[in-house]
Amino acid sequence: MAIHYSEIQETIRMVQMESLDIRTVTMGISLRNCQDSDFEKVKTNVYDKIVSYAGQLKPVAEQVEKEYGIPIVNKRISITPIAEILGDLTVDQAVELAKVLDQAAEKTGVDFIGGYSALVHKGMTKADQTLLKSIPRALSETNRVCSSVSIGTTRTGINMDAVGQLGHVIKETAELTKDQDSIGCAKFVAFCNPVEDNPFMAGAFHGAGEGEAVLSVGVSGPGVVLNALKRYPEADLGEVADVIKKTVFKITRAGELLGRVVAERLNVPFGIMDLSLAPTNAMNDSVAEILEEIGLESVGTHGTIAALALMNDAVKKGGAMASSYVGGLSGAFIPVSEDNGMIRGIQDGSLTLDKLEAMTCVCSVGLDMIALNGDAPAETLSAIIADEAAIGMINKKTTAVRVIPVVGKNEGDMVEFGGLLGRAPIIGVKPFSSEKMIKRGGRIPAPLQALIN
Amino acid sequence: MQKRAVVTVVGKDQVGIISKVTTVLAEHKMNIHDISQTILQDYFTMMMIVEMENKDLLEDLLGAFEQVEDEMNLTISVQLEDVFQAMHRI
Repeated sequence: MAIHYSEIQETIRMVQMESLDIRTVTMGISLRNCQDSDFEKVKTNVYDKIVSYAGQLKPVAEQVEKEYGIPIVNKRISITPIAEILGDLTVDQAVELAKVLDQAAEKTGVDFIGGYSALVHKGMTKADQTLLKSIPRALSETNRVCSSVSIGTTRTGINMDAVGQLGHVIKETAELTKDQDSIGCAKFVAFCNPVEDNPFMAGAFHGAGEGEAVLSVGVSGPGVVLNALKRYPEADLGEVADVIKKTVFKITRAGELLGRVVAERLNVPFGIMDLSLAPTNAMNDSVAEILEEIGLESVGTHGTIAALALMNDAVKKGGAMASSYVGGLSGAFIPVSEDNGMIRGIQDGSLTLDKLEAMTCVCSVGLDMIALNGDAPAETLSAIIADEAAIGMINKKTTAVRVIPVVGKNEGDMVEFGGLLGRAPIIGVKPFSSEKMIKRGGRIPAPLQALIN
Repeated sequence: MQKRAVVTVVGKDQVGIISKVTTVLAEHKMNIHDISQTILQDYFTMMMIVEMENKDLLEDLLGAFEQVEDEMNLTISVQLEDVFQAMHRI
């Protein structure tokens, strides 16, 4: 069917003026067959497998973006949670393996490789323990490696021993990268109910149910949704949901088309579309500004949760119809440092850590890219993770914590992480201790699936 | 399958835009299927559907358009038609 002049104009406007882009194409690669009793062989296997599968990822994706005129901002790799192939390796060897991953990422030209991960929501193997201990060094001695740890699920409860340990992992990572505003912590996520096919960093990994290699797409477009809403200033909330749905439908269709073309040319199966609205620091490319456009004076004020719930649900509905395979995290991300509206909300005092926590009950993930005062105790960080995990566990959704206790910085200071990671005002944590609870350790039992009020 | 692309040209109205752009297309042996053009408040906008038999020519074509863009202060984009079909048709 012929395409109308106005439709062509709409697409071009979305790309050129409203920052429509495909946020990431992420190739998931299984490393399960890379194990060997000889460590040197493991390193070669891992490097060779990644480079042979993803060697063409960047050039092919760049060619496709040129042909279709829609930018694909990031090309990334996710791998089998690395703890699964560590076996009896030592912490030093694990760090060395992280460097091999970094080299493979550099060779293939991707900006991040995710999956320096462990799933310890019920218990920890020796290899998991090794991995957790190696995370601070792995993140400070590499550039592109991202790490995540699953510490809870709805079916297993929360592993509080692991949560307790992660507080120290984050503190140590912050310390080791203190020369760069503790940026190592920006590459680490603690998860409850993680998904196996998330294409977004820092939490991407190639789960146990996945095949040899797969290509998944993370679409974006807060700018497009914001501009669409601006054209309906008087619409009621039902109509607002409808506008978001229709807009997301179009964005998703574009994303799926490009993702499928890239997958086909790389000869790997297409995995899933992740329908997340992921903001950037570009002008107007902000989730907070969408909430403000719906009718809030400043993000974080009363009504924020309702607006976010409406938006998140509309995004899913529009996207679910546009793509046959929806997966990943699919919803709205609310990272602070990557969203100019969120940053402004914190500076103006309308948005607080408590409100952000509450927002994670209705949006896709969790506390994301939040800079905290550098002297926040490890137990407090663990307690923040525990709170988020509890929200995820009870609500049967993914929640995550990616916080950066910036060494040497205090509440009100500003930190610049640069690039896509953006900048963030430091939020102060509560001065009251959670130490005793964290020291208790053990597991929080899995919740009832009935009697759920 | 036959591939078609959408070429859009936007810029301040001046003599010779259509001529320059279509010359580039002709040099790359690209047939124009449809063409529409309007002038909105001094701004020239043109859209063309062209046949794109050989995608390998794209690089060359974009390079040639870049010259025209600089010379006449225009914005020219070339996109495969599939993306519009995907976005605007169920």
